[in-house]
Amino acid sequence: MITITHYMVLSAILFSMGTIGVLTRKNAIVVFMCVELMLNAVNLTFIALSSHLGNMDGQIFVFFIMTVAAAEAAVGLALMIAFFRNRESIDVEEFSLLKW
Amino acid sequence: MELLQLFFFYLVAFVAVVSGFCVISCKNPINSAISLVMTFFCLAIFYVMLHAPFMAAVQIMVYAGAIMVLIIFVMMLLNQGSEVIARYRHAVTGAFIAAVLMLIQVVVILKNGGVSGMVGPNTAEVVESVGHTELIGQAMFTDFLLPFEIASILLLVAIVGAVVLAKREV
Repeated sequence: MITITHYMVLSAILFSMGTIGVLTRKNAIVVFMCVELMLNAVNLTFIALSSHLGNMDGQIFVFFIMTVAAAEAAVGLALMIAFFRNRESIDVEEFSLLKW
Repeated sequence: MELLQLFFFYLVAFVAVVSGFCVISCKNPINSAISLVMTFFCLAIFYVMLHAPFMAAVQIMVYAGAIMVLIIFVMMLLNQGSEVIARYRHAVTGAFIAAVLMLIQVVVILKNGGVSGMVGPNTAEVVESVGHTELIGQAMFTDFLLPFEIASILLLVAIVGAVVLAKREV
């Protein structure tokens, strides 16, 4: 029998892997993809709990997370193109304009 | 039947975790992107198993379709080669420690507490008889009408923002 705990642990593993990726990778697009992985782990939690409790609200929330992720993808990738035009690189180490 | 279900769950979970690991460990960003698509498909399978077929369809169309195409498009536009994976060893160890701590935290919380929350009327039988898309549509256009409109404005702002940021001269 698949319980809710199975889904929770799986999404915790996916979220932790996304965290590792965000903290260790240098390519800004890969960091972005790891953020998408973390968002998807949270989506899995939402849908698992929503279907476990028989409450539709969690799935509507996932719908809005997907909308925000799409908007974030469009704006984030536009930012990367603008940055690449200035620096010839999308290495996160180069993103140091605001560094004190 | 139950055992088969569990076996299928572990199979798909294994594929999801392995492809998630490929996302964070592949040297070439394109390989990471393809692995991420695989993870999205595995999650879509879980959504079907959780009686949410509409969310599975949206997952494949929006994530594996639209967002991944955008990411791969930008990757090919920028023409980046393989990257050096990590220059500082302490960053990798720190990240692993942070991730493992988070995992331990989640497991402890799950072990000590149960699942609770507002229980709704939409059980698996109801979803199957009424239809998942109908239920989603009903909730979205009655209770969540205002957030729905705000999301449309957000998308409009994102379109304009992306054009302004990526254009050479506005």
